[in-house]
Amino acid sequence: MPAYRVIGTSPARADAWEKVRGRPIYAGDLAVAGMLHGRIVRSPYASARIARLDTRAARALPGVIAVLTAADVPRNELRMELPGRMAEATAGAVLATQPALAADRVRFQGEPVVAIAAETPEIAAGAADLVEVEYEELPGVYDPLAALDPSAPRVHDGGNVLRRWHLRTGDVARGFSEAAVVVEHTYRTPFVDHVYLETETGLGWIDAEGVLVLRVSTQVLEHYRDVAEILQLPHGRVRLEGTYLGGGFGGKEDVTVECLLGLLVWKTRRPVQLVFSREESFIGHGKRHPYVMRYRTGATRDGTLTAVEAELVSDSGAYAALSPWVLLYSLVTATGPYRVPHVKVDATTVYTNNPVASAYRCFGSIQTCLAYEGQMDALAATLAMDSLALREKNFLRKGDALATGQVLETEPRLSETMRRAWAGLGEPRSPRRPTRIGRAVAASFTPYGRMCWTRDSASAWVGMELDGTAVVRCAAPDVGGGQTSSLCAITAEVLGLDVAQVVAVGRDSHFTPRAGTTTATRQLLMSGNAVLNAAREVRHHLLAAAAALLEAAPGDVELADGHAFVRGAPGRALTMASVVKGAIAEGRPVQALEKYDAPSAPTIDPLTGQGKAFNDYTFGTHAIEVEVDEETGRTRVSRFVACFDAGRVINRASAEGQLEGGAVQGLGYALMEEIALENGVSKNPHLVDYRIPTSLDVPPIETLLLESGDGLGPFGAKGLGEPAMTPSIAAVANAVSSAVGARVTQLPITAERVRAALGSPA
Amino acid sequence: MKLELTLNGRPCVTEAPGHWTVLDLLRDGLNLMGTKYGCGEGVCGTCTVLADGRPIRACLVLAAHVRGRALVTVEGLERDGRLDPLQTSFAERGAAQCGFCTPGMLLAAKALLAQNPAPTVDDVREALAGNLCRCTGYTKIVDAVLAAAPGAR
Ligand code: FES
Ligand code: FES
Repeated sequence: MPAYRVIGTSPARADAWEKVRGRPIYAGDLAVAGMLHGRIVRSPYASARIARLDTRAARALPGVIAVLTAADVPRNELRMELPGRMAEATAGAVLATQPALAADRVRFQGEPVVAIAAETPEIAAGAADLVEVEYEELPGVYDPLAALDPSAPRVHDGGNVLRRWHLRTGDVARGFSEAAVVVEHTYRTPFVDHVYLETETGLGWIDAEGVLVLRVSTQVLEHYRDVAEILQLPHGRVRLEGTYLGGGFGGKEDVTVECLLGLLVWKTRRPVQLVFSREESFIGHGKRHPYVMRYRTGATRDGTLTAVEAELVSDSGAYAALSPWVLLYSLVTATGPYRVPHVKVDATTVYTNNPVASAYRCFGSIQTCLAYEGQMDALAATLAMDSLALREKNFLRKGDALATGQVLETEPRLSETMRRAWAGLGEPRSPRRPTRIGRAVAASFTPYGRMCWTRDSASAWVGMELDGTAVVRCAAPDVGGGQTSSLCAITAEVLGLDVAQVVAVGRDSHFTPRAGTTTATRQLLMSGNAVLNAAREVRHHLLAAAAALLEAAPGDVELADGHAFVRGAPGRALTMASVVKGAIAEGRPVQALEKYDAPSAPTIDPLTGQGKAFNDYTFGTHAIEVEVDEETGRTRVSRFVACFDAGRVINRASAEGQLEGGAVQGLGYALMEEIALENGVSKNPHLVDYRIPTSLDVPPIETLLLESGDGLGPFGAKGLGEPAMTPSIAAVANAVSSAVGARVTQLPITAERVRAALGSPA
Repeated sequence: MKLELTLNGRPCVTEAPGHWTVLDLLRDGLNLMGTKYGCGEGVCGTCTVLADGRPIRACLVLAAHVRGRALVTVEGLERDGRLDPLQTSFAERGAAQCGFCTPGMLLAAKALLAQNPAPTVDDVREALAGNLCRCTGYTKIVDAVLAAAPGAR
């Protein structure tokens, strides 16, 4: 491994010093003179006709400046358009777009109907109470399987099937005829919420040029286009200023406050702040898709997989959002990181009158992991084989093809991640009744970077200051994972600077080079490479300038510790400031704007799934020990080890932090979280009854990072943000299953479900 | 209504409408934005501040209740330009990711260490159980608090 000075170390992040002082100006922390307060009136029904809407009393309330309805929206349709070659990929889908404000029909509880702006939050709330809406309830459909019935109520005119994808390889009938054993299970996962601690928030105003400026907590600065479309403005007339986010996890990937806020600012011509309450956040933003996954898996006596047949149905809720793409991730990952010669997967995403489901960390590849890893443990039990050995026999290796036909060009190191995670659990302990102990692993693979046909691209600018320090400009939102500080570390490494000598300024749709979304575990790959390219270009100029000053060949010059010197002769070192000044004196550039284009590929075949959906994947394993109380059914996770191939670690503490946070978010999903719905209406839109893990609910997370150097990111890095969570729910389900001696197939694994499993025959 | 209290070590005289919570007072009245709104329901702990050394939920307590008391917010942890050891420890150990829970966490931890300068892992996890964090999984937060404990070996 090459020697790095900055890469792989854990310098405290620049943002961390601000955060421990409580100083970052999050989206809700800025007030502007004359600012109004926004408030949204939402539908209490999951499926209804708006029979009458009267805003007169609300408008008449003193201090109310605007009460807007669908009639006030210039183009009342939120399109989820992804750039790139998407036409073939969306062919055949029934893409129901969501209105900014519902006109005559509401399709889910929480759908926005009226937007209010008033002088104070209290007046805005008072006006909301005065809005009169008469709803006529309509029949709705609340179960994705029921929604597939042709006689089910239609959520949209085009029918309830939003999108189907299919995966075919080999001949699945032959695969099952070659199998000595076949295991079959149906796995079920619930709607869950991101629960970032900062709710959806934004502030907007109109600047001196007449440009609508929105300062929003978002993962996607490109939503300025959605706002411009809604308002029918030229795209350049709406600017989005990014802030540090109080968490995102995919929930701030879809439009949240942007369009409603833009509408209120544009109509009132006044600054407006819009903050969703926690309850609104629960009912108002996209959720993780519930899945029903029926799996049949066949293997020979010695444990070689012969066939997988799977049927996946996901609940998209009331609108399309990103459901077709979430489903595609499920399709591609459906057979797990294993060689399977014969595969048949049919995947369908369905409209219902449940909450809209969209992006959430892992994006469809976590639900399938619960199923494919559950199947591996079920097979091991049936074959009376060690479950790790069974996995090892079937793990993908370099040169093997995924079920999509994509050949792996690098070694996934799955065995190593699994063996090391397992060893990390330590010596088994002997349980004492009524506690049963279960241990298990789940291995996984998760794409990082976008689908190949989006033709993903990111730009960045790196420049030197006269004092020898460097500036990075790159519009990559920082969701808390340390995106910004990684860009500084990459620059510092290339330019021979200390991280403290590099500052990244701003993230803005119009003022900083476009870097694309902080989603899909793409920023280290995309912005990281763009910054790397720009820094290398600057380095090239600095080396030439230093070589001239040192009377040496550029190839003999080294940059380190803020100095330039001839290799082997650090005594005669120039400060970076003098190199920069020398470069400028010679007319050399000391800045560069560069981009990185991810490799692209045509859309996969929608009927067979064959093709290259993603450029690369991150592989890793969770090993978990649980203690199950046989009397109460309560599960406690006592050990948790995560081992992943990070490719290359950029900031060690940040990388570990991703693994630790992903693990614990997974424990919540596995054991406690579920949006309880009754006919589409949430029964627990509060943190009191939608519980997420506290410090007492989880063990310390042990993390192990491999560095193959095989990733496509800077210095061979892969992405960790989403992959860090993928195996968690499967590992918990497998560990609980091993403790109780029966397969647990439904999340969350509540005490009640565990008691039921304990009562059922193994 | 008029309010007199001690805020981050200094006397503070201010006005607040009767229905304001401490969170409203800090953010809207005094422009101290380090204290965060995460739920307004007393569950998440992002609004945690210290009143006479004890952690309180600023979103639940009415401003009138802190009349005459000593309030400490995240802005008051730094003294004479020197960070509190907890702040340094959090920054150096990667205990702040998005940072939204961090002010509340720091104050909950501050109250713990004032009472118990040599806490165990379990003491720390217990003391922070009312402060949610969705990013870190708590591992580095717990480590950072232990490392900042004055009685730590
Ligand atoms: S905002 Fe006060 S506890 Fe959540
Ligand atoms: S660091 Fe994001 S919630 Fe704790």
